[in-house]
Amino acid sequence: MKNRLLSSTLLWAIIAFLILAAMPGLIASQMVLDLIIHVAIFGLFAISVNLLIGYTGLISFGHAMFYASGAYAFGLLMQTGTWSVPAALALAVLSSALLALVVGLVCTKTKEIYFTFLTLAIQMMFYSTILSWETFTGGDQGLTGGFKKPVFLGIDLANANHLYYFIAGVVIVSLGLLWHITKSPFGYALRMVRDNAARVEFLGMNVRGYRIAAFVIAAAFASVAGALMSLYVSAAYPNFGYWTMSGEAIFMIMLGGVNTFLGPLVGATMLTLLNHYVTAHTKYYGLVLGTIILLYVLLLRKGLLDIIVERFIAFRADRTLPKKQIESRLP
Amino acid sequence: MDITALSACVSSASCLMTQGLNAFVIGMLLFLVASGLTLIFGVLKVVNFTHGSLYMLGAYLAYYIYKITDSYLLAVIVASAGIAVFGIFLERLFFRRLYQSNFLMQLLMCYGWILVLDDLVQLLFGAEFQSMGMPPFFATAPLIIAGAPIPLFYIFLIAISFLVALAVWLLIVKTSFGSKVRAAATNTSMTGALGINTALLYAGVFALGAGLAGLAGALAAPVRSLVPGMGFSILIESFIVTVIGGMGSIGGALVAAILIGVCRSFGSVGFPMFTEIGVFALMAVVLLLRPDGLFGKGVQR
Repeated sequence: MKNRLLSSTLLWAIIAFLILAAMPGLIASQMVLDLIIHVAIFGLFAISVNLLIGYTGLISFGHAMFYASGAYAFGLLMQTGTWSVPAALALAVLSSALLALVVGLVCTKTKEIYFTFLTLAIQMMFYSTILSWETFTGGDQGLTGGFKKPVFLGIDLANANHLYYFIAGVVIVSLGLLWHITKSPFGYALRMVRDNAARVEFLGMNVRGYRIAAFVIAAAFASVAGALMSLYVSAAYPNFGYWTMSGEAIFMIMLGGVNTFLGPLVGATMLTLLNHYVTAHTKYYGLVLGTIILLYVLLLRKGLLDIIVERFIAFRADRTLPKKQIESRLP
Repeated sequence: MDITALSACVSSASCLMTQGLNAFVIGMLLFLVASGLTLIFGVLKVVNFTHGSLYMLGAYLAYYIYKITDSYLLAVIVASAGIAVFGIFLERLFFRRLYQSNFLMQLLMCYGWILVLDDLVQLLFGAEFQSMGMPPFFATAPLIIAGAPIPLFYIFLIAISFLVALAVWLLIVKTSFGSKVRAAATNTSMTGALGINTALLYAGVFALGAGLAGLAGALAAPVRSLVPGMGFSILIESFIVTVIGGMGSIGGALVAAILIGVCRSFGSVGFPMFTEIGVFALMAVVLLLRPDGLFGKGVQR
């Protein structure tokens, strides 16, 4: 069973990488490649948030904090000029995970709405720290000035193609790891914490421990996304850690689907494309996005991939199964 | 960190007066916003993330009315009433559909509204800071109390806020509407089963909460600069107030708002760099000691 899961994941990862790798050859447009990179990074970010929201039932509204911490840590380490890219990436993720451990210890003391507030509030505190600590973070200008990207293992990130392959590769590896986490006994324990925390307590498992673990893991992958964005644009900006970034991630999850692993990636694709077209035509992006969100909430209320998967399962189940059983078969 | 400045301030009457009054101005405005938030949560069991935006709308509406009529009194009345009406519209058309659905949907809807309202204000009034200026009635020489110059408007603002707080408290404790509100806060389905018109009650409570936010905006307009997005910081602060005071407790909101006012006002003297952090630290300490807030009873959703 375990080996089958591993080999199928590897197979999908290789297929995904080959498809992405073929893109620069097939598409000459730099703009489309740029969009693909954005979708990949935002998709990784949204899926990491969904580990909390969809799998553990913890509604965090402050996850952008770790996206920003990853981006800033990576950018600052690269600016010193003494670290190689993989080392800086690893350190950025490690430091963000440590930060998440501290924040998670405080936040998981609370439940539901209080948890959401607290993550939101701590994120705002982090954001205002970024703004006010100018000597270290560049304040509201962000971490500009760029940085050198030393060659490692024959990969030269100054080359746009190499950069594209590297980011695609790291995103796919991260998604593979996340997929395994959701399929592991630990992942199922998280679902159980979401569905019935009291039962988990009675089974003698430590609910808070699982919540903290989920929080730290989700933050670590969010910081990978942030560090990749920082690498891609050679800078880090304070709005990486602004609350709207967290809000957009939540909307991506809802658009694509909460109940499917790749749902948030679908949502990220939709939102990134929307973003791209709307900002080209108007400066009132919020008005358009807000209206779309309101329409979604009033009319649709389900993620696209969720709907497709549900239909598919219902279709396969010959439509004779009661609704309950169909729901229980959802991934 | 400048502890000496802080101790010097506390030992001098004039500085104590100035900062103390400042604390009350910050605290009372915050209380008006947070009390609406906590009322709505207590009865409707929804978290109104648009509350900060309602405050912003109140401020801009007051600014607009004042500009065309030159009457601050009218501006305050129109802003409070107008935002209350807008609150009814929000509740009937949007929140009502989401009472049964999960918190995530409510959060998402509020996020949508925040984006829309911030952009609408930007569309109508521009993205730059606006200031309303002091109404002529209050533009007199400041009163000297205990050697500290006190603007007349501050005294007016604090007095009005206290009167409103008292009125809200009387409304909740002494009237039949208030007893329905308290009943609904305790057990919503039972309230409906007893034949009380909950739809009307919900709309009323939402209008009251929104009106309080609008009033706070109108009162803040002469002393704060207006900018799209100004609602979000006060939203976070109101959350902190409700978290410290306890969700659904009006008295708790009052105590917590003044606590935060004191923290901000004296913090700006003692450790100007870390006032933000001081407020958050206050919240973190309260949450760790009393997860339901100072006056909160365990919330059952």
